[in-house]
Order: sequence, then C-alpha cells, then structure tokens
Amino acid sequence: MLRFSLDSRCGSFHLHVECTFASDWTVIFGPSGAGKSTLLRLLAGLDHPIHGRVALDGRALTETAIGLRTPPGHRQTSLVSQQPALFPHLNAAANVAYGLRSLDRAARARRVDEMLDLVGAAELATRRPHDLSGGQAQRIALARALAPGPRLLLLDEPFSALDGVASDALLVRLQTWLRDRKVQTVVATHDATDALATSAEVLLLRDGRLTALGPATQVLASERERLLSRLQAPRG
Amino acid sequence: MDWQAFALSLRLATVTTAILLAIAVPLSALIVLGRGRWLAAVEALATLPMVLPPTVLGFFLLVLLGPRTAVGRGIAALLGHPLAFSFDGLVVGSVIYSLPFAVQPLVAGFASVDAALVDAARVLGAGPVRLVSSILIPLARRSLLAAVVLSFLHTIGEFGVVLMLGGDIPGATRTLSIVLYDQVENFDYAAAGHTALLLLGLSALALVAVYATSQKRGRARSA
Repeated sequence: MLRFSLDSRCGSFHLHVECTFASDWTVIFGPSGAGKSTLLRLLAGLDHPIHGRVALDGRALTETAIGLRTPPGHRQTSLVSQQPALFPHLNAAANVAYGLRSLDRAARARRVDEMLDLVGAAELATRRPHDLSGGQAQRIALARALAPGPRLLLLDEPFSALDGVASDALLVRLQTWLRDRKVQTVVATHDATDALATSAEVLLLRDGRLTALGPATQVLASERERLLSRLQAPRG
Repeated sequence: MDWQAFALSLRLATVTTAILLAIAVPLSALIVLGRGRWLAAVEALATLPMVLPPTVLGFFLLVLLGPRTAVGRGIAALLGHPLAFSFDGLVVGSVIYSLPFAVQPLVAGFASVDAALVDAARVLGAGPVRLVSSILIPLARRSLLAAVVLSFLHTIGEFGVVLMLGGDIPGATRTLSIVLYDQVENFDYAAAGHTALLLLGLSALALVAVYATSQKRGRARSA
C-alpha cells in the first residue's frame, strides 16, 4: 500500500496531494501540466517536497518532519519516464543489467534474458540505444526498471511510442507478471484510453490537486462518453 | 638544448595532471550534481586562478609556503624541507594554477550529460562514485581528454608561478620556460629559438592528438 501526503512547489506551480493507493494498479490521469510527472518524481525520491511523507507498505521513505529522505536507489521503487533515457554507451542488455550489481554474473545474465523476454525484446539485447526505435527503447527502459525487482513501479506515459496492438499485448503480459510478484504500479497518463484499458483505480489530477479518486469507469465516465461519441460520430 | 629542464617539465606536467584529475573529477561532479548556493562559491574559487596574474598567485604561495607562516613551517616540519624552491612546491603551485583548466572542461562536459540519464542511474541505485565512473565519465570522454591536455600543456608552459615559487634551480625547479627566459636574458636567441620551438612542438602535438581522436570518434559515429 502506498500512502503519501505531499506539498511541493516548482516556480508558480504548487502540488498538494494527499492520498492512499491500495490497488495493485493505479492510474494518475490528468492533462499536461497537471503535476503527474512531478508527483512521480517525488514518489521516486528524485525531488523532495517542502512538506510531506511517503510510505510504502508502512515503511516511511520520505518524511520531512524528521528529515528522512531515502535516496532513489534505496526505495525499492523503479521509474520509467516518457523519455526512455537509455544509457547511450551501453547496449540493451547492459542497460537492463545496470541495476543488478548485487547479483553474480550468471544470475544477472538470467535476469536480463527474463526481462527482455517479458517485454518482447530478446532479439534487441546487443543493440545500442541509437539503433532502436522509440517503441523498442521504451520496452528496454521498462525491462531495465523491472530487473531489480521493485516493490513499487512508477510509469510515466510508458507506452506513448508503442502502437495500439503492441501496447495492449505488452500491457496484458506486464500486468500478469506484476500481479504475480505483488508489485504495486502507478501509471501517469493523459490518454483516457490507457486509463480505461485496465480496471484500475484512477486518481484525477488537475492543477496539482486531487479532484477525484475511484474506479476508472466512475472517475473517467465523462472521458469515456467523449471517446465513444468521437468514435460514433459520422466522418466528413 | 637543456634536456634536464625538458625532463623536469615533463615530470612536473605529468604529476600535476594526475593530481589535478584526482581533484577535478570529483569537484566537477559535485558542482554539476550537487545542490545549494555554496556550490557557486566552490566553482568561483576553482576558477579564481584563471583570472589571477600568475606572479600574484606565485607570490601568495611563496609567502604561504615559506617559513613565515604556520602552514609553511608545518609543511617543512612534515617533509623535512620547505616547499618553496623545491619540486614539490612547484607541483603544489602548478596544481592550484592549472585547476581551472581541468575543472572548466569537466564541468561543461558533465553538465552536458542528459539529466534524465543521471536520474535513471540514481533510481537504479547508482551512488555518486558509480554515477561518475559509469555515466558521466564515459559520456564526457572528450571533456576529460580536453582537461588532461589543457592541464598538461598549461603546466608545461607555466612561467610566473614557477619563477616566483621555485626560482631557477637546475634539476629541481628549472623548467623549459625558465630556460627560455634565461636564454633570452643572455641574448642567446639561437638556443631560445630551439627551446621555444620545442615548447611549440609539444603543444601542437598534443592538440593534433586531441583533434585526431575527436575526428576518429566523429567518423565512427557517422559510420
């Protein structure tokens, strides 16, 4: 269970969110500039709130009142941002292996193969990032984030470069894998179809404030109606 | 040709460059990755020797490392000899004088590395040492090379600090630029020409090596 209360400022933007995510798969939905990426960075420990607390399964990761700021690599949390940010001097397999330093060579190689298989990128292992398409790079970034075995997975528009069919197939595999390993996942998106594709708990974020929290079918009912009417509208 | 001075200049430049790298890499990483207003003061301090006249810096160091100060007396007691007018003193002076020439290219190189890569490495558990060794240095290799070459050449050609702090002791503090000065003072322009040509050749050779490496990398990228 992820519980947080965060108060953060960046220039004129003010994020103030207090929430508990109990569901395995939660979607943060909101327009660009609503504060989705900011919230994920705060949860990942890359940025620090002015005031606030983040606790995962009862363990405090951030608690400003006592000056606790667990560093990003020690929070059992992985983040996949919209930009894959693969290390350009390492091939795909080495990118995936980057967070597996504690494993011996054989175990590391096995985990890398398993992760590349999971995201359907086994044939890309020796490719350098500049030889990958946007979608392939996002798959590798996802494999790299999953490899260390996080307890919390944060995904920021993770499938934006994948086509619909590939995205859906990957999503099904990924959700099964994450559920089996009890990894809590938080996905930030501004695309209602992504949010509605899963039976997720949805947090609606606008201007840095939580405006609704609940099942996707309820919170995104108006978005769903809008999408349906667009699909049914006569062309031309 | 004063080959003893030539060897001493090379030794001074090599030792200085090695020490500078050991200081400049972590210092530059701190300036780029760190947070806090005090970092601006650190960067300004590291750049100060660039705008300070070499003779002024040499004078300050001569006074600081001499027997009149507690620092100078402490070092003399520790080493068994004063730092002023010794090779070790020259190394200290050269490291301080050439510090900006190592720090500036490294800061520029490290700062040009995409912040998203740094964030990704941090989330994957990289601490400061691994972040620098596995991400910043490999992605800023050209800046590292530039820092090495600039530090080395700057030390080879150093005059003001060397003369102030080391004087002109053959085999201990007489470097090629001091030899050149002596030769001109004695109106021995032919010998001065040879010494100047050697200094020029060293600089040109090092720069050609840097540009050749850059071109090779550029071709490899476009291939």
